[in-house]
Amino acid sequence: MMTLATTRVVIIGAGPAGIRAAETLAQAGLRPILVDEGRLPGGQGYRRPSAGLALDMDALLGTQAAKYRALHARFAELAPAIDYRPETLAWAVHEGTLHVARDGAAATLPFDALLIAAGAADRVFPVKGWTLPGVFTLGGAQVILKDQGCLIGRRMVFLGSSPLLSLAALQYRQFGADVAAICDTTPLREKLLAAPALAPAAATALRGLGYLARLRRDGVPMFSGTTPLAIEGRDHVEAVRFRLGDGEERVIACDAVAFGYGLKPETQLAELAGARFGYDPVFRLWGPNLDADGRARPGLYLAGDCAAIGGADAAEASGTLAALALLADLGGEVTHRERRDMPRLRREVARYRSFQKGLARAFAWPGSRGATAIADEVELCRCENVTAGDIRAAIAADLGPVDVNRVKAITRCGMGRCQGRMCGPALQEIAAAASARPLAEVGRLRGQAPVKPLAIGSAAAPA
Amino acid sequence: MTSAGDDLAGNGQLMRVAQRTGKRISITIDGREIGATAGDSVLAAVLTHGRQLRELEFGGSPRAGFCLMGACQDCWVWLETGGRIRACTTLVADGMAIRTSGSP
Amino acid sequence: MTAGRGADTVVVGGGLVGCWTAFFLARRGQRVTLVDKGVVGAQSSGVNFGNLRLQGRFPGQYPLSLRAQALWEDLPGLIGEPCEYDRCGHLYLAMNDDEKRKLDGYAEVSASYGLDIEHVGPAALQQRWPWLGGKVVAATYSARDATANPRLVTPAVARAARRAGATIIENTRVTEIERRGDDFLVRTEAGDDIPCRSLVNAAGAWAADIARWFGEDTPLFPAGPPQFVTEPFPYRIVPSVQTIDGTVIMRQIPRGNVILAGYPRTAVDPVGNRAPVPPAKTLAGMYHLGQLVPMLRDCHVIRVWSGIEGYLPDMLPVIGASAGTPGLFHAFGFCGHGFQIGPGVGLCLSELIVDGSTATPLDPFAISRFDRPVAVSEKLGREFDPRTAH
Repeated sequence: MMTLATTRVVIIGAGPAGIRAAETLAQAGLRPILVDEGRLPGGQGYRRPSAGLALDMDALLGTQAAKYRALHARFAELAPAIDYRPETLAWAVHEGTLHVARDGAAATLPFDALLIAAGAADRVFPVKGWTLPGVFTLGGAQVILKDQGCLIGRRMVFLGSSPLLSLAALQYRQFGADVAAICDTTPLREKLLAAPALAPAAATALRGLGYLARLRRDGVPMFSGTTPLAIEGRDHVEAVRFRLGDGEERVIACDAVAFGYGLKPETQLAELAGARFGYDPVFRLWGPNLDADGRARPGLYLAGDCAAIGGADAAEASGTLAALALLADLGGEVTHRERRDMPRLRREVARYRSFQKGLARAFAWPGSRGATAIADEVELCRCENVTAGDIRAAIAADLGPVDVNRVKAITRCGMGRCQGRMCGPALQEIAAAASARPLAEVGRLRGQAPVKPLAIGSAAAPA
Repeated sequence: MTSAGDDLAGNGQLMRVAQRTGKRISITIDGREIGATAGDSVLAAVLTHGRQLRELEFGGSPRAGFCLMGACQDCWVWLETGGRIRACTTLVADGMAIRTSGSP
Repeated sequence: MTAGRGADTVVVGGGLVGCWTAFFLARRGQRVTLVDKGVVGAQSSGVNFGNLRLQGRFPGQYPLSLRAQALWEDLPGLIGEPCEYDRCGHLYLAMNDDEKRKLDGYAEVSASYGLDIEHVGPAALQQRWPWLGGKVVAATYSARDATANPRLVTPAVARAARRAGATIIENTRVTEIERRGDDFLVRTEAGDDIPCRSLVNAAGAWAADIARWFGEDTPLFPAGPPQFVTEPFPYRIVPSVQTIDGTVIMRQIPRGNVILAGYPRTAVDPVGNRAPVPPAKTLAGMYHLGQLVPMLRDCHVIRVWSGIEGYLPDMLPVIGASAGTPGLFHAFGFCGHGFQIGPGVGLCLSELIVDGSTATPLDPFAISRFDRPVAVSEKLGREFDPRTAH
């Protein structure tokens, strides 16, 4: 008979969702194992500066600073009550065991329940020149500032479609960056049409408008409805070329580009753990099928952005919620806390996620129109050097593939070190456009272990 | 000691905007000795001094990382000893010898 | 309804063997229709290791195997696509004296069929392949052995078959096959009835069902080879390499990736179409690879995969005419060794169907051997996970 004290719960990810989940479980008398790939807790959004770095996080995080501080303070209190394992890569899940690697050695963590809070990564869409040194993801541009106190360059363009474009540009300006331009690919009209969908989190929406107003006041060149044509340069970024809505072409000199189209859940481990996936027509992505509390299947719970893009507030709420669901499922009687908190948390999480859906409508992903516009010579798979033209040629061949996993098998797109994390969403769009199918029909790249590279030397002699 | 100021000449991709205090670490990049500070990532140490981390195995085009958070795997660099490290998530260590082109 | 596309031969299963059979039949002027429940080359034909190994095969298979190798060597001439065929040679390794005796025995058999086998001692080994760890006591090298990219080959053969006149139908399940006099009527889930004179059962891990429809029971069971591939690493390992105990079967492609397959084979689910790789097997493969090629300890595994293959307890395939139904031909249960002989099997079947006979001996592979209990291969205990279905 399983009791609370002996139940082995493993949480993956020490961001806001994982920390709140660990807190909830610890409060109930469990001692969860919290596995995190990072050196410090906080995930990406609430990442702490690395040791010795004099960085004014209050200035950097602005209105979010209080939440950042509260989360880290809570984690510090919590640390003795949990089994925290930083710098630990979770690389596979199989039959009730999490496989990890730390300090170059593989190990196993058997569990009774698994709560995955693996976060998200930037969603990107290829443009000519996007593999040049000096092009970084938008999230990466923020992370290296928090983690290393570095800007990605001296004069940069923020390119893509995301509310984080203006936030990151403002943060960069605070630290003396010369923001050459913000090139938003979404036309203003589309954003206005999507405005009603942002009502669920009016405060966040207003904060976003505030960022824009400040940037405008500071005279930062801002363009919307742009079509990126190329990131130019010989060995590194020298300029961004784009077309305005009215057809005029512009070239802006810069030495760095921060690039992104919103976020994409990190779902590989959830898939290995047996989660099922469904197609989401708003994000044009496949996401894990979950109930309102984050249950993916018996014993498997997902929280935070890896469950559904929702942002940091949703991550905290959904981490607590999924942990309460886990406790309820352990078979004890429903506690006062579960009865009291779960309905509220469900509503909160639903509201944040619905806001993010509104954002996904407001900040358009290039989608099939963008996929059709990508020139054949543009690299799609950064790892394996596969171009958009390679994909189209494979699909056009007699008996050519339709499903993206078959496209991968033929072209090697998505077969490299990142396992399709970066190219996957664009591959789906290009494959759908080239085969004239709806996006859902070309499928999604299946995940396989190891979800990140694993050194051969990390394996010990088999027992 | 602090590593701010190392890159003011402007020949690196990254610009350091926050001071770091900590143990001084000596590494080499393509045989050139470079000063870094404990807590610096290999990526930050290399890209505050230059613009390239590695060459793509297929065609040799220069690469300098992309996601900066351990997702894209585009910043795996060679150590002169034959080891391989992910530059964005690995911290500098004394004596580390990094190469940004070719392989050992 | 009866489709207007009556065929001389219907091939069920668009794997490597089915596609080569369709190709050779079409070249002989037959009207061929190939039907696959999914897409061509998606199952074991597309996910196997890609070995075109000649040394160390079952002795009775050499005439077929050598005939197949000659076809591989003419791949672009036959189908117009190179498919990364690479005559890279194959290195067979023994780690102790027992294994050396086994190695020498294999080499003797291979040589008796005309294969050029080179014996290499420890000193020469280190000189020629300096990346090998020090524990190897003996090796045999066969220069004619090769590799090809399995993901590319079967679709390319299917395309060539189509150019030669074959009809290829994908994503269509065969639901029923009726005997109509001396002919067959193949019914698909799309509602098509395809009449034909000859029928080829090349349905891979799903072929036992079709054989059973005609009263021929085979103890076919599914399993999969656990495999992984590494990040690209400087290209130094030219030959395909195999330890005789099967813990390491590996090759490096010129792009730099190292591919590893290793026993024991693993349990799969042909109903759910899943072939998960247990991480413990990946780790075991990594460990053995690191022992054999120490420089690879710094290299990273980036992906694992497996596939669904059909196995028989004597570790030999079924190839040839049905024992009870004239006009029906079987080719399945390749036990993880089908890739190399695939084109040869297709050629032999086309001869059986068109000419009524083939010069290549296929007796060891007759389905009638299962009328009596067959001797279980010693490999079954060694190469398989206890959890596989056998």
